[in-house]
Amino acid sequence: MQRLKARFGDAFREASLDRKQAIALIAVEQLREISRYCRDEEKFDMLVDLTAVDWPKREKRFDVVLNLYSFAKNERLRLKAHAGENEPAPSVCEIWPAANWMERECYDMFGIVFEGHPNLTRILLPDEWQGHPLRKDYDILKQDTDWVRENLGIESGQ
Amino acid sequence: MGHLIPPSIMPFVLPVVYAVVIVAVLPLLAGYIVLMERKVMADMQARLGPMRVGPHGLLQPIADAVKLLLKEDIIPDKADRLMFWFAPLVSVTMALLAYSALAIGPAFQIADLNIGLLFILAVSSLGIYGIVLGGWASNSHYSLLGALRSAAQLVSYETAAGLALISVLLLAGSLSMKDIVQAQSDQGVWFGFSVPFGFFIYLVGSIAETNRAPFDLPEAESELVAGYMTEYSGFRWSLYFLAEYANMVIVAGIATTLFLGGWLRPGARYHEHIPGTGIEWLDALPALLTLGVALYSLSLAPKQPVKIQKIVMVLVAVLCLGVAGILAGALFAPPAVMQGIHGAFWFMAKVFAYIYAFLWIRFTFPRYRFDQLMRLGWRFLIPLALVNVIGVGVAIVLRQQLAWGPIVSLIPTTLGTLGVAMFLAKDDAPTVAAHLVDGE
Amino acid sequence: MGSGKSGNRERAVAAHNGHERMSNEHTIKTISGMDSVNATVLGADEIILNMGPQHPSTHGVLRVKLKLDGERVAGSECIIGYLHRGVEKIAEHRSYQQFAPYVDRMDYVAAVSNGLGYCEAVEKLLGTEAPPRARVVRTILTELQRIASHLLWLGTHALDIGALTPVFYCFREREEILKIFEKYCGARLTTHAFRIGGLQYETYDGFEEDTRRFCNDFAHKIDEYETLLTENRIWVGRTKGVGILNAADAIALGVTGPVLRASGVKWDLRKALPYAAYDQYEFDIPTRGTGDTYDRYVVRMEEMRQSRRICLQAIENIPTGPIMARIGKVLKPPPGEVYHSIEAPKGELGYYIVSDGTTQPYRVRVRPPSFINLQAFDKMAKGSLIADVVAIIGTIDIVLGEVDR
Repeated sequence: MQRLKARFGDAFREASLDRKQAIALIAVEQLREISRYCRDEEKFDMLVDLTAVDWPKREKRFDVVLNLYSFAKNERLRLKAHAGENEPAPSVCEIWPAANWMERECYDMFGIVFEGHPNLTRILLPDEWQGHPLRKDYDILKQDTDWVRENLGIESGQ
Repeated sequence: MGHLIPPSIMPFVLPVVYAVVIVAVLPLLAGYIVLMERKVMADMQARLGPMRVGPHGLLQPIADAVKLLLKEDIIPDKADRLMFWFAPLVSVTMALLAYSALAIGPAFQIADLNIGLLFILAVSSLGIYGIVLGGWASNSHYSLLGALRSAAQLVSYETAAGLALISVLLLAGSLSMKDIVQAQSDQGVWFGFSVPFGFFIYLVGSIAETNRAPFDLPEAESELVAGYMTEYSGFRWSLYFLAEYANMVIVAGIATTLFLGGWLRPGARYHEHIPGTGIEWLDALPALLTLGVALYSLSLAPKQPVKIQKIVMVLVAVLCLGVAGILAGALFAPPAVMQGIHGAFWFMAKVFAYIYAFLWIRFTFPRYRFDQLMRLGWRFLIPLALVNVIGVGVAIVLRQQLAWGPIVSLIPTTLGTLGVAMFLAKDDAPTVAAHLVDGE
Repeated sequence: MGSGKSGNRERAVAAHNGHERMSNEHTIKTISGMDSVNATVLGADEIILNMGPQHPSTHGVLRVKLKLDGERVAGSECIIGYLHRGVEKIAEHRSYQQFAPYVDRMDYVAAVSNGLGYCEAVEKLLGTEAPPRARVVRTILTELQRIASHLLWLGTHALDIGALTPVFYCFREREEILKIFEKYCGARLTTHAFRIGGLQYETYDGFEEDTRRFCNDFAHKIDEYETLLTENRIWVGRTKGVGILNAADAIALGVTGPVLRASGVKWDLRKALPYAAYDQYEFDIPTRGTGDTYDRYVVRMEEMRQSRRICLQAIENIPTGPIMARIGKVLKPPPGEVYHSIEAPKGELGYYIVSDGTTQPYRVRVRPPSFINLQAFDKMAKGSLIADVVAIIGTIDIVLGEVDR
């Protein structure tokens, strides 16, 4: 943690320890550099998970979360970066090829655009799908009641 | 009887009768071989197999046949209609035609050709046309590729199988099926025991020739390339199916004739008699076996849940009793008749044993990939078969020059071929799929 | 917010890593359930073969587009999402306990492991731990589930390669395990065996005897399967050298589980970051060097043996005590987040749960091992023959429920 702070001073926002897990909040523009540093210097050679969380009331609504693991040190690290609605995030595909499909899923579900991704298309939903389901304003209950009302003429029981 | 039929037709009567019998019986036989396969498969897989249609599934083939006949006949839109209709016919006709030279008993043969074996092999090879035409007629890219692959496999393995047969022919001295069995009787040993490698090569070659596992890549469902039979449905498909099983029986028939002594009784030199009678134990065996089967079915009959199944079981028992009766009665008939009837029994028993070996192998081994299959045929079996032929030639020289006995003369052959086989088998070539391991 | 219709669609395919475009336009024609492409001429240099969503060997609804150069695979693309059910979105509308049954439905072949991961993740969020008895019983059930999952994998993989018999033997053994589950929690497949905080049901009378009997029988059953397959020349010929993935690639692609161990990386979450009761038991981690299909087969066979070993050790000594921790009926974890992962039969199954202090989770992210392992398919399949593709898909051991969630 100290080393990260020292190296990337201004981009490094916050370090926290939540329930014994190391979390580092960083600036989204530096994501690629910090990732490269983590992989090369700190030996976090495996990207375990890359995902996002939507906090719609915040100014930069998305939290891009990377979970890293180091085989040598048997340690986990979480990198978080705030990204705004139309703000692209740098892709870490060239650092960890595992990120390929994970970033596509984030794009599919949240609409976060990853710059530098070789093939940023929808992965789980059909290509023609409109909308990004995991955003908090994508209301599935409302969709359900609307559809049932329109097509079946009754009230949905949800 | 002789005065009723004009002499010019007389020679044709018996063969025509045999032919009609074979053509009538064969679909039924093929159907029951399918049932046998399903039951054997189930047994090896720790389950029961067909049990509902008829007692223990005995009427299953009839149900299947009815279903296939009633199915809608679908022809792909752009298919070549004439070829589509013609292709299965070729397969079936060739398969049936081969039966004409097959000798089931010393007198039970449609045509005693003096080139009997050659005829059968030639006709079986023509059956490959049925496959290629079927693939072509389907007008599907992948059906055609599947058919060509199948044809390539068949041709390669026929070469190996044919060479194995040649090694036996050298010992038999004739191509006529009857004479080959006679030679085994004269030499006192079945060729399968004296030339075991010939038998082994023929076994493998015949499995590949009939497109059975582990060589059934062109037919397998889990492979990507569609086989030649994909576009066929209903009756047309059943013709292909019939051809495949008829081929299996022919191939088993050839193996039995050449390697397993044809209609000869196993233990031909064992003459122990049942005490008090002039009947040998081994001669009584067929009748006893069939009687045992009859009694067993009779004992199963009351346990069947449904009435019609009970009736069928009793009918089966009666049928077996009838056969037992014929076999027993033949014991007291003139020797020619006895040899004929018992010969047919032993022949069929050996054919079924050979087919059981097919089934056993099918359910034990995984499938070969096509390139591995071709490699096996060309780089292992054919060289081995050639060495075997040369070895048998050497054995014949030993017999003629040094007067070695029929069995002893072949021991050096077997040992030599064994050595070559072990040498060739070490060529365990890695799979052809070379991987770019260093990353893209 | 519309709903698009998925189905046969035409599009030019962009190659996976490059940006070359295929010159042929592709129409899709159906032959007996398999989609195939009308390439222009037999001699076309590269054609695209579509292993459609319905196919006997894709273990679920998976669509694979193979770019073929003759018989060799030059590139591939996996199209998934046919089984996407929006589990993560549903989680935001359910309470923590209500969401637990949904978790079983992801990797439906190994439901108990999914449940273990989720319950432990929520327990971590709450800051509690299940009591010792619950932890040990959880371990036993999870290891039995690992054996069951591997058995299913073995049967279907062997079936794809053409061995028709092992699948029946494997299912016969699996049946015994499912009977134990049924006696324990009433369900065979989607068990919901664990609750947040521990277990709901006590072990039934005869649980130890059943498990012991199964473990004792199982040893020579595995030997049976090995006799049929391990030394069989045809099996070895079909699996050795097929689908090689080296260790560096595996780590870079985030691959975990038996696939990673077969590539040479000796790592198992049960030893590295132990959870449940795994630190109390002795077991080995099977590892092999090359990372081909044969190695993955050997690793999984050995894992079954080790699971059996763990079960036997665990049954000897199930501690007495409560089976449920003292947590309220209404769960309101303090705001925060947690990432907890376990070694599921398929790989590292992780749960990233974000809580905002209410009874419903704010975000549940499932890190699906099959999804991430499937990314490695392209690397493994490049350069192999078409006939090997089926073997490679089988050897990664994917369950589409988990890939798509």
